[in-house]
Amino acid sequence: MSKERIQISEALYDIMPSDYQDLVKNATYGKEDRGWKDIGNTKELIEQHSLCAGCPESMAFRYILASLPNPEDTVMVGSTGCTSLVFPMVAVHNIHSLFGNQNAIASGLKRALSVRFPGRVKDVVVLAGDGATVDIGLDMTLQAWFRQEKFTTICFDNELYANTGGQESGLMQKGFVAKMAPVGKLFDKVRLPEIARESGCHYVVNCTVSKPSLVEKVIRNAVHIAREIGPTYLQLYTPCILEIGKNSMEGLQEMRDSEKPTERFAYKEYISEPAKQLLAELAAKDKERKAAAKQLAGQA
Amino acid sequence: MSQYRVLPGPEHFLPPAAASMGIYLPNPGEAHINGVIVPEDKAYEEAAKQFLMAKVPTIFPGPLVLWAWNEKAAKKATAVRHLYNTLKECVQPGQKPMLIPMPDYRPKYPKINPEVEINPNHPNLTIWHNKIDCCMFIGVHCHQANLSLKIIRGGTSCYTIAMCAQAGHEDAMLSFRDASVEKIMKLADWVRKLKGTVQPRLTSAKSGASN
Ligand SMILES: Cc1ncc(C[n+]2csc(CCOP(=O)(O)OP(=O)(O)O)c2C)c(N)n1
Ligand code: SF4
Ligand SMILES: [Mg+2]
Repeated sequence: MSKERIQISEALYDIMPSDYQDLVKNATYGKEDRGWKDIGNTKELIEQHSLCAGCPESMAFRYILASLPNPEDTVMVGSTGCTSLVFPMVAVHNIHSLFGNQNAIASGLKRALSVRFPGRVKDVVVLAGDGATVDIGLDMTLQAWFRQEKFTTICFDNELYANTGGQESGLMQKGFVAKMAPVGKLFDKVRLPEIARESGCHYVVNCTVSKPSLVEKVIRNAVHIAREIGPTYLQLYTPCILEIGKNSMEGLQEMRDSEKPTERFAYKEYISEPAKQLLAELAAKDKERKAAAKQLAGQA
Repeated sequence: MSQYRVLPGPEHFLPPAAASMGIYLPNPGEAHINGVIVPEDKAYEEAAKQFLMAKVPTIFPGPLVLWAWNEKAAKKATAVRHLYNTLKECVQPGQKPMLIPMPDYRPKYPKINPEVEINPNHPNLTIWHNKIDCCMFIGVHCHQANLSLKIIRGGTSCYTIAMCAQAGHEDAMLSFRDASVEKIMKLADWVRKLKGTVQPRLTSAKSGASN
């Protein structure tokens, strides 16, 4: 699909709710350099959300949706959890899967799309919580990576099961006491980024969503590498302010505190050799394109 | 043949799928009314009558006609508009035709604004809010239409018509199949033909959708 196909029938245009009219007129579908800077001056692909006020997951959603390189040809796969409250308000095709099954669904979907639309770029992006990715869905997560399925897995790591009131998750820190895990976590935070690397992911990043430009960069890289080479994994810290006792204004600071060099969300990145090569090629092409555009603007 | 009839509800919280009650779909050239197979012409007449009888006859265009994803869709949208305009011209004072879109299928519960849209996961909200007593679905994918039609039959007394582009819908009270621009226009012709011959339900105690 391309932006040209996202059109409302003229005869029924006036009855379409205004958010859809706005999406067609002012959203950034089909825009080559779309990114976080479009937020505020174009129509975002997220209408509203029903997360807690100030929940960092909402920031993460906005940055990710602004940065997907190909939203009109992307299908996102979600799972149960706080993230699933947002998908109904997202203007990108998405599938809600049974809790934990997201990477299995995405595997089939990606394969079906490549059979149904050969020669067309169709991106698949999984976005699920840590409970879905690392605990209940770990089998599906790992098997998809072992099989080198070509899609991106994003984990919104809030270090517990937020949507069901604060149970212990594999990504919770050792010793952490949650509302429904009163004994305190007895073992360490599962090192999923390292496991991802060992399981065959070609691009792995562990970071917070405090910086929109960084989120944009890692999303673009992850989607492009998954498209051409193989599985990619992003683990993004989106603290559950409700469960760690912060108020709505404190999410950003919590992320900044957790990304300091000695902290558990200090920026960590792994890029495989073929992926490095691809990124270098993409950067070179981008440079060429920008230079040509600049030259053209100079002539005009 | 099944004794079950697909009738205006409220049937009960979870009405059975009409197919599971032995209702089957019409062949080309046919339609069904209340689950009974009839020649298509009979269905035009009955659908036009139901529209003209209703206090709030409503068309619900779905994504397949709202979005101009191909030329045919845009043409069908024009025909839908024509049907709506015809309804407006043919009803009597006190009747209020409506045209309410179903832009997509995302379960926007409970955020929906029932004045401006209908959602297949809770279509009853739009029907109750606008007191719709007769509606026609067009351009809604099969699964979502069936889901909606069942919810409407379960929780409201609204009469449902499906102008289906495939093989028809058992869960509607009246269903066409193989919908095309011509068929929508033909229905509009029938509405015009029956103008003034049908008594609207304006004063009847049973008028308006109930829960
Ligand atoms: C198969 C299945 N098991 C359990 C649940 C209950 N459940 C709903 S949300 C949830 C926790 C989600 O945690 P996480 O994936 O970390 O997402 P978060 O809410 O923290 O964003 C659980 C266990 C379910 N919906 N389905
Ligand atoms: S419970 Fe936590 S993760 Fe879920 S919306 Fe609220 S703050 Fe965000
Ligand atoms: Mg979680």
